[in-house]
Amino acid sequence: MQIVVCIKQVPDSAQIRVHPVTNTIMRQGVPTIINPYDLFALEEALRLRDKSGGEVTVLSMGPPMAEDSLRKALTFGADRAVLLTDRFFAGSDTLATSFSLSQAIKKIGEVWGAPSIVFTGKQTIDGDTAQVGPGIATRLNLNQLTYVAKIGPIDREGGTIEVERRAEGGVQVLQTKLPVLITMLEGTNEMRRGSLSAALSAAKADVTVWNAADIGIEDVTKCGLRGSPTVVKRVFAPTPREEKAEQLPVGGKSPDEIADTLMNEIFSRHQTIEDDLMNFAAGQ
Amino acid sequence: MVEQRFDAIVVGAGPSGNAAAYTLAKEGLNVLQLERGEYAGSKNVQGAILYSDALEKLIPSFREDAPLERHVIEQRLWMLDDASYTGMHYRSEEFNEEKPNRYTIIRAQFDKWFSQKVRDAGATVLYETTVKELIRNTSGKVIGVQTDREDGAVMADVVILAEGVNGLVGQRSGLRDELKPDTVALAVKEMHFLPRDVIESRFNLKGDEGVVIEAMGSVTLGMTGTAFLYTNEESISVGIGCLVSDFKETGAKPYELLERFKSHPAIAPLLAGSEVKEYAAHLIPEGGYNAIPSLFGDGWLMVGDAGHFVNAVHREGSNLAMTTGRVAAETVVRLHRMRKEMTKANLAEYQERLEKTFVLKDMRKYRKIPAFLHGNKETLFGLYPRLLSKAAQTWFRVDGLDKKAKEKAIVSSFRQARTLRGMIGDAFKLARAWR
Repeated sequence: MQIVVCIKQVPDSAQIRVHPVTNTIMRQGVPTIINPYDLFALEEALRLRDKSGGEVTVLSMGPPMAEDSLRKALTFGADRAVLLTDRFFAGSDTLATSFSLSQAIKKIGEVWGAPSIVFTGKQTIDGDTAQVGPGIATRLNLNQLTYVAKIGPIDREGGTIEVERRAEGGVQVLQTKLPVLITMLEGTNEMRRGSLSAALSAAKADVTVWNAADIGIEDVTKCGLRGSPTVVKRVFAPTPREEKAEQLPVGGKSPDEIADTLMNEIFSRHQTIEDDLMNFAAGQ
Repeated sequence: MVEQRFDAIVVGAGPSGNAAAYTLAKEGLNVLQLERGEYAGSKNVQGAILYSDALEKLIPSFREDAPLERHVIEQRLWMLDDASYTGMHYRSEEFNEEKPNRYTIIRAQFDKWFSQKVRDAGATVLYETTVKELIRNTSGKVIGVQTDREDGAVMADVVILAEGVNGLVGQRSGLRDELKPDTVALAVKEMHFLPRDVIESRFNLKGDEGVVIEAMGSVTLGMTGTAFLYTNEESISVGIGCLVSDFKETGAKPYELLERFKSHPAIAPLLAGSEVKEYAAHLIPEGGYNAIPSLFGDGWLMVGDAGHFVNAVHREGSNLAMTTGRVAAETVVRLHRMRKEMTKANLAEYQERLEKTFVLKDMRKYRKIPAFLHGNKETLFGLYPRLLSKAAQTWFRVDGLDKKAKEKAIVSSFRQARTLRGMIGDAFKLARAWR
């Protein structure tokens, strides 16, 4: 069974700073990581392969440095890695990204065999849209299973898969026909460490690099900035509030007295609240 | 299955490990480098100043693409009391040369760059892989390492330990003793973000020019230690370090010392309005020549901080690390080419080569300095900076007192605090240690 896992290299959001003067995001020196949600997808793919055989191909679109993330995926035990990189891809929104990734998955199918399952994480931590997975499914005409918490039995002869999907208010158990696109939820498994020999192979392995022409994109206006209708109008940091927290001495008082003290303190700072409350009480 | 055997294994991807792995790979050896951090530089902490010479000997064209912050054109040495500093500044337009001599760097970025060079040279580099211990054969020769990964043993003709100051692998494998508190300093530092133009106007800089401040005095509360402030492109590194044994003795806390330094009237305005980006702490081997452990044995070599290669007087470390890493690798390359065994007797060539470099010459020259500084810490780091400041103030303040009386007051303040005999003794001891 062929499995494709889409991963994205993202800035480690825990370490991002906003430039205090220009209000732009300071990317310089911020370490990059594999989008954490994608790791759950990758581990699930590796488990399926270990159980029922086949190959796991990891796919990423990004600048040449995204190769680091792909190599890391190989360290975990993926069989091969494909990097889509081209200046035509720069500035892609979710529409353009899902287009380019779909083209690449088609090509992966031609070269190594059509995938039965395409995995993505539920969303990325930098864009947070959760649109790329469903976008790929739509373009490739795959059944889509989003927010999957657990992969159930796969009937390879019947060509079906059963999963548990987290939904509002409960869990849905769904069965559908392969091939499918699955977006994986966080916390569903624990990423393996990878053996020393996997790590050594990964360090030596060649990452397949494709550009727009390699994946059969003739009309480059469909990718990158030109293929992206989404426009970022402005990026800004929220302005800190003027008022500061303060501590009030209320020790040794009864709960009623403390409540009175607090109310008085609030009213003394926000005159309108008291008036509004009084008016409200009068209206009752 | 990849053949898990290499010509050499390098443990660690700091300056010494990268220098060693780079040299070995460039000379065509099959090298494996193992780093426990997520990437090279993720665990590495330094002030940090890069001295060009040692890197130039490895990568002459490093200035083309290495992430350098500012080249240093001004050095300030300050003696502090609580209200003042007495200083010597040296600034020269000649430091604005085509190939500058010193740069400020940010290690997380610099080490990543260096690591890429190592990979480009052909070494196999594994991150997030910790070496647990050395593997020896029945006669005790080191023949490989055991990592923390599944099926984690890997073999090599020689292992270069570039594992840093803690030297845990060396300790576990019985190659060296545990660190002693009086031979190692604990340094803490913060990175303060400031816009480029603010840094330039505060320090009188233009373009990529940078300033370095090294300070000693009352800020260390009588402990053996120094403080520093370095200008980066858009940030300032500020830190302080003292001997671990002194921290233990006084009970002082490193972060309190750093707060004290940052709020000193000469430092606070330089940092005003900045945003703290990161906080880091690190041990620095400062025991000098006498604290250097055995550097080689059957199948292994020790380089960089693991070999205690730091010149505390001149604040040099990374250049000694790169040089020892390079020299160790050159030794291995020569033995490999001559098809000689990596035995203790053959690897002794490493130390012989080091003796001819500035590394062991400088370390030997200052071998008595650590004991001198430690043994006279109250006088050197407390009394003299205070007396100097007082003398300078007496000298410069115009208050109707005649000059002869001022001179007398200065001399008597020194003699009251420290007898003439004591002062001559201090000078004599310093001269002897310095020689």
